[in-house]
Amino acid sequence: MDASSNGIQEPFDLIRLSLSERVFVKLRGDRELTGVLHAYDGHMNLILSDVEETIMIVDPVEGAPESHTTVNVAKRKMEMLFVRGDGVILVSPPSRT
Amino acid sequence: MDESTPPPPPPPAASEPSPPPPPSTSGSPTDFLKGVVGKRVVVRLTSGVDYRGILSCLDGYMNIALEQTEEHVNGRVTNRYGDAFIRGNNGTWWFNSLRTPAA
Repeated sequence: MDASSNGIQEPFDLIRLSLSERVFVKLRGDRELTGVLHAYDGHMNLILSDVEETIMIVDPVEGAPESHTTVNVAKRKMEMLFVRGDGVILVSPPSRT
Repeated sequence: MDESTPPPPPPPAASEPSPPPPPSTSGSPTDFLKGVVGKRVVVRLTSGVDYRGILSCLDGYMNIALEQTEEHVNGRVTNRYGDAFIRGNNGTWWFNSLRTPAA
């Protein structure tokens, strides 16, 4: 059960190893970010730079089954961003080989 | 005389198929979680999204790290991540391990 091949003993190690790297962040409210991770803390508050935010706006089509929804995607870019940790669902580091 | 774990994670009250019991009847949820590290698991969030992957580790807040993660929404794979950190609160719901013979 050795935690893993890449020396991760606790979940935050994954984040620590991603400092200065471009990460993918999934947030509440159907939002996603990619940006370079500069800092984080135990709440998963994050400082990201060179950020692109993708916002999925789901519009149910009236009278149609739930699976028939139109999804509009809005994007915006920000130079520097503070993300409050409680909105974070998932953080994925760049895939390393 | 305890390990280093802070808050006892509330055992998910099972209204769904409950997680399989630990291999031995060793007891505490912590033991169960320790035993499942390195195994393939499904983590369901309260949003209904599933993450399937190999559990690399978890901490006292139930933050978890998964490897070879697949994101499933309504039974369809919507994303893949090499590694993923999932924040423990955020309504992370617990898992069901896909049984593989213990290592």
